[in-house]
Amino acid sequence: MVSPILLLGPALTWLVIFLVFPLALIFVYSFLQRSPFGQIVFQPSLDNYLRLFNPTVLRVFLNSLRIAFIVTLLALLLGYPTAYFISSQPSRWKNTLLVLVILPFWTSYLIRTYAWIVLLNREGVLSRFLLGLGLIREPISFLYNDTAIVIGLLYGYLPFMVLPLYSSIERLSPELREASFDLGAPPLRTFWHITLPLTLRGIVTGAIFVFVPSLGNFFVPELLGGGQRFMIGNMINNQFLQARNWPYGSAMAFGVMAIVLALLFFQAWVTRRTEQV
Amino acid sequence: MNTRKLAVFLMWLLSLVLMACGGAPSQPSEPTPQAPAETQGAPVETQAPAKGKIVISNWDAYMPGDLLEKFTAETGIQVELALHATNEEIVGKLVASKGKGFDVVFMTGQFADAMAKMGLLSEIDYTKLPNSANLFEEVKRIPFTKYAVPYTWGTTGLCYRSDLVNYEPDSWYDLLKPKPELVGKITMLSTDRWLLLPAQKALGFSANTTDEQEMQQVKELLIEAKKTLLAYDNTTFYSKLVSGEALLVEAWDGWCNYGIAENPDIRFVIPKEGSDLWVDAMVIPAPSENKEAAYAFIDYVLRPEIGTWVAENILYKVPSRAVMEKLSPDLLNSFPNLAIPPGELLKQEALQDVGEAQSLYSAIVAEVLASE
Repeated sequence: MVSPILLLGPALTWLVIFLVFPLALIFVYSFLQRSPFGQIVFQPSLDNYLRLFNPTVLRVFLNSLRIAFIVTLLALLLGYPTAYFISSQPSRWKNTLLVLVILPFWTSYLIRTYAWIVLLNREGVLSRFLLGLGLIREPISFLYNDTAIVIGLLYGYLPFMVLPLYSSIERLSPELREASFDLGAPPLRTFWHITLPLTLRGIVTGAIFVFVPSLGNFFVPELLGGGQRFMIGNMINNQFLQARNWPYGSAMAFGVMAIVLALLFFQAWVTRRTEQV
Repeated sequence: MNTRKLAVFLMWLLSLVLMACGGAPSQPSEPTPQAPAETQGAPVETQAPAKGKIVISNWDAYMPGDLLEKFTAETGIQVELALHATNEEIVGKLVASKGKGFDVVFMTGQFADAMAKMGLLSEIDYTKLPNSANLFEEVKRIPFTKYAVPYTWGTTGLCYRSDLVNYEPDSWYDLLKPKPELVGKITMLSTDRWLLLPAQKALGFSANTTDEQEMQQVKELLIEAKKTLLAYDNTTFYSKLVSGEALLVEAWDGWCNYGIAENPDIRFVIPKEGSDLWVDAMVIPAPSENKEAAYAFIDYVLRPEIGTWVAENILYKVPSRAVMEKLSPDLLNSFPNLAIPPGELLKQEALQDVGEAQSLYSAIVAEVLASE
């Protein structure tokens, strides 16, 4: 049969050349060393991986995991009601609402992040507005801290939470909820025992879609965090560009990938379990 | 059955990829038509018909927009322009390709220094650059100019709002241990060498120090200083000054001018402990196959009218006597740091590649940035 190969061929070629091959290259680099002037020297060792366990690197990893976790949690809290609301609308509204969810993607995330600087800085829109209302006496800056980073990431990745949630809530047959009501369950109980477990796959998918890019993002901490909050993405970026230590940067990248892979296995496990139910 | 076909197909695909990847490096970067052989040893005349094609890489808008067109019209040499956003980016490209693919590249001195030490640059023969006579003689005392022709130069210092800061800052400690009224209104550069510079100089060390104990002290001072910062900022610090969000920032002289252009109350000062001397320069990668055309291009860029355009539009100092002595007094009045004399600049320390110690520098930068 030729057709499956014909169908898969282009995408597979693309993946091999632009994903598998670069990954293999980075994997090899991660065992090599940096020359005094920043070239890669072929001296295989585990040094780069052992150096991931120094306190600074571990602190940066933990801090990034913490921020990505907070962003994911908030995205779920904001995204679930949003997705629920959209799926409960008459179908002519649904498409409009979904387009609105993805509308921000029409502008570069980087540029939208600069817009947040204009909104949140000490001389910015929000500070002026609060001053005008008399709620604050002195202008205040909302930038350059963890909260600003969380806001920036949450804003950027929220649609990635809403879309998978929407599709799993949408698939939920209304009859199940009606049956629950008919049997006398109050709304909260129906939600907790029927809706939530049946949309668990959407939740896990959305959570991974938000968590993974939040963990690796480097320009939001740079711009909204004022470069004072160093995340994994920044550290890898610095190793590749400023330190010109590609091998060490590659090892860090594989450290992140290990975390991401663990999450994907978790997702697969959840999917299998919910399928059995 | 089908799985076997798929396996065969995958093998075929893999071999295709391997072939493509194995083949790539051996290919010449650009099929450059050979320039007509010049007579050896004869002085190169400006009208010498050095035909052919060169590839250059520069920062966006860092030279006159019509330069390439005019150069091609005059010399017949075709130029393909690539752009890089940072030194790190172009150095990454050149190291990966072992210098192939470019004939002239604009980069900052310490990066050129590292590239030269890797053997990726060809030594500059200044006799092929008649217009290099326009350069200040002192410039050539900087070691890496052997491999890099200076384009612009300057230093790093304090850029501040003289209308809102009620004294005259003159020390790196004004940045690192600020007076109470400046706490939280200060930014520092985040690129490694310039992040370390204020502390290195404040403590009286070299900006190229490789001494571990000195760097420990630098680290401690910077971790303390981080607590009084508004942000690390490499790109928008002058807008933060203009908006009043920051009052005192570590800045490159030329970038401070962008703030001054919007608010004349912004001032620039070189701290009394001394600072760095940075040089943006043009280099010729060693594998370049059209060096004559590369020299012709560099010589063209060294013409005074190009330097004058740079000084007037980029607001950077140009290491050319022919340019600096003819700048209009109005321009120098508006942007006093353009008038810093070469002697004063050369008192500052040229940033050089620190070799082995770069790992130490990176580790310290990471620790400072990751500190709470």
